[in-house]
Amino acid sequence: MAATTATQPPASPRKSRLGTAALPYLLSLPALLVCIGIIVPFLTAVWYSLQRYNLNLPYLRGFVWFQQYIDLFTDTTFWHTVQVSLVYTFATVVLELLLGLGIALLLRRPSKLHNIMSIALLLPLMVAPAIAALMWKLMTHPDFGILSWLIQQVGITNFRWAAAPSSALFTVLLVDIWVYTPFMMILLLAGLRGLPKQPFEAAELDGVPASFVFFRITLPMLTPYIITAALFRMLDSIQQFDIIYAMTQGGPGDTLLVFQVMAYLDFFQNFNVGRSAAVLMVLWAIAYILSNIFIKHWLRLRERARGAA
Amino acid sequence: MSTKQKDTIDRFLKGGMSRREMGLRLGRLGLGGAAAAYMLNKGMSEAQAADFDWKKHSGKTINLLLNKHPYADAMIANIENFKSMTGMDVKYDVFPEDVYFDKVAAALSSKSTQYDAFMTGAYQTWQYGPAGWIEDLNEYISDPEQTNPNYNWDDMLPGIRASTAWSGVPGAELGGEGAKQWALPWGFELNSISYNRRIFDQLKIEPAKDLPGLVEQAKMITDSDAGVYGIGVRGSRSWATIHPGYLSAFANYGAKDLEVQDDGMLKAAMNSDAGKEMTNLWVKMIQESGPKNWATYTWYQVGTDLGAGASAMIYDADILGYFMNGGDNKEAGNLAYSAFAPKPGAEAPTPNVWIWSLAMSTFGNQKDATWYFMQWASGTDHALFGARQMDFVNPVRSSVWKDEEFRARIAKSYPGYIEQFEASSPGSKIYFTPQPLFQTVTTDWAAALQKMVANEVPVDEGLDELAANIDKQLKSAGLG
Repeated sequence: MAATTATQPPASPRKSRLGTAALPYLLSLPALLVCIGIIVPFLTAVWYSLQRYNLNLPYLRGFVWFQQYIDLFTDTTFWHTVQVSLVYTFATVVLELLLGLGIALLLRRPSKLHNIMSIALLLPLMVAPAIAALMWKLMTHPDFGILSWLIQQVGITNFRWAAAPSSALFTVLLVDIWVYTPFMMILLLAGLRGLPKQPFEAAELDGVPASFVFFRITLPMLTPYIITAALFRMLDSIQQFDIIYAMTQGGPGDTLLVFQVMAYLDFFQNFNVGRSAAVLMVLWAIAYILSNIFIKHWLRLRERARGAA
Repeated sequence: MSTKQKDTIDRFLKGGMSRREMGLRLGRLGLGGAAAAYMLNKGMSEAQAADFDWKKHSGKTINLLLNKHPYADAMIANIENFKSMTGMDVKYDVFPEDVYFDKVAAALSSKSTQYDAFMTGAYQTWQYGPAGWIEDLNEYISDPEQTNPNYNWDDMLPGIRASTAWSGVPGAELGGEGAKQWALPWGFELNSISYNRRIFDQLKIEPAKDLPGLVEQAKMITDSDAGVYGIGVRGSRSWATIHPGYLSAFANYGAKDLEVQDDGMLKAAMNSDAGKEMTNLWVKMIQESGPKNWATYTWYQVGTDLGAGASAMIYDADILGYFMNGGDNKEAGNLAYSAFAPKPGAEAPTPNVWIWSLAMSTFGNQKDATWYFMQWASGTDHALFGARQMDFVNPVRSSVWKDEEFRARIAKSYPGYIEQFEASSPGSKIYFTPQPLFQTVTTDWAAALQKMVANEVPVDEGLDELAANIDKQLKSAGLG
């Protein structure tokens, strides 16, 4: 072996230069494959959304350009879906942010008890959302649900939770908040514990009021964390499916017919591939626009922080 | 099976002794009732095997997709007989109904070869058939090489057999000209009243005779001191809300879902005067005396409430009431059954039927072997085993309905069950118009019903809106 190696001529400088030049491309090959893996299904969905394609109406199939989108945009049910999806997203993000921040502030000082409590508070996050929905379905059962019993004790009777259009959104929001507030809490808690101590010590020495410290020091320094947490939750919330479908199947009526439920029913019940894909493309566009707004805001804050530094 | 047990069963099958004598002898040989029935079925299967080459596909394995249901339980309890008779293996996945049809749709739409056969309803075949996902079984049934001479296809109740066959022409009659047999009927259900005899006796009432009477009676029960609500019916935002009691009553009022026009096109007809009259009563009934969270109610909740004594009666599948009269249910033994003709003055009930059936996937790799399983599972022997020993009701074979052992068992423990069945079955059939947008039409209908019950829209207006919406969708699909 050693002899063979000894008899081989040394690599020419040209070949070596080629190898060096090709190396970055070779190294980026896995990333390229991942990109293809992501882009191909996406483009497939775009392709289907431009077709009239219903699995059990094969004679309808054909390329129709943007007709699916035009049909969607002229459908009042679809605009209701846009509205309810955005309301749901806004409500969950804001409420979970406020609650998560509140809990994180309470637990910000590390101690044994606080550490145990923060772990305990993470328990809902470990429950699959569909299971959480079923648990809440039982807890809100008007005849034997514990929550129904509790509200009856304070004089509220005949409250129908997810079964009535007036309270269905409130009920699924409760479940979402129960499941995902810990997610906000843990991100913001990590952020709070990572903040530099000096500004707070200085404020304490100067006797600055707590509200001033919170609004002028804590909140601005925590904003990147808040934006990141809100972005994650926003992307998740606007695509919410499990909780809403398990509790209401999008009802009563069309009350909770959010994007994902609409797309799911279009595909799995109606076998309408084209319309389902079009609904999901609109959802993607909205998520993309909202994400861009969040990310731009986050980048602006980061630039400002750098400038200040 | 020991030699003595086998000899006893062989003698019975050859007519050498009565069923009673056979039972006594097997008892002396240490076999209990269930074991004796299993052995008898095994003996019958072996006898049947003599006339047909059941071993033709020995060594093959077929895969089934099953819904969690007593029919599937009965099949699983008897599957060893099929395995030993054919030398084939059977594997199966069982899913609860909440997700079952999604699983079927996912498997078929992706052209998966994973499953060879699966449970389905007749309505679903209106989607699977035109999509090319399931096989026309006529070619197997009519092929003597493939089908056991004792299969006795004509023994299947004609209406049920026809209801699983359709030409694929929207609006065409089920089982009519050019119909393809998309599935083999397995067990079916029709809709009637199942009620709690204990509560009815306590209130000194008898089951209502028509829908206006039912509305009044349900309210009276809800308002009484019985501590239960009057009537359970389904309400979830799904096709399953429309097909049981609601459509049975709707049909009894002479209303129709869709009309076939002279040019063959379909037009929504649920907003007819008869449809509005019936729906107004239905909505009132739910508002006054239905379950409080009706809009989330699937058949599981409707049945469970009856079995647990939370509701006084249900207007739903007769077999749902049947299941609630046994097992660990609190009210087991207290339930009774009554046929129901909703329209005042109607001659007879007109229950819409649901048929659990077996269909063969187009994408399976071993169709002939799958057919062997399907003919066994829908054959007389297995039907008798299920009817006598398991909860394999309502059988689709007339010979099983005539079986004395089955009838005696039902008559003993399920008061009024056979009577309601016999009063209801002549008018029972699928009352929906067969067409591929079945799921869309019925899901939208259920959503509209939810809006009406929630007082978001008046009934008349709600049905008009629904009909206009359905017409739009039919037109867009080239059907209207």
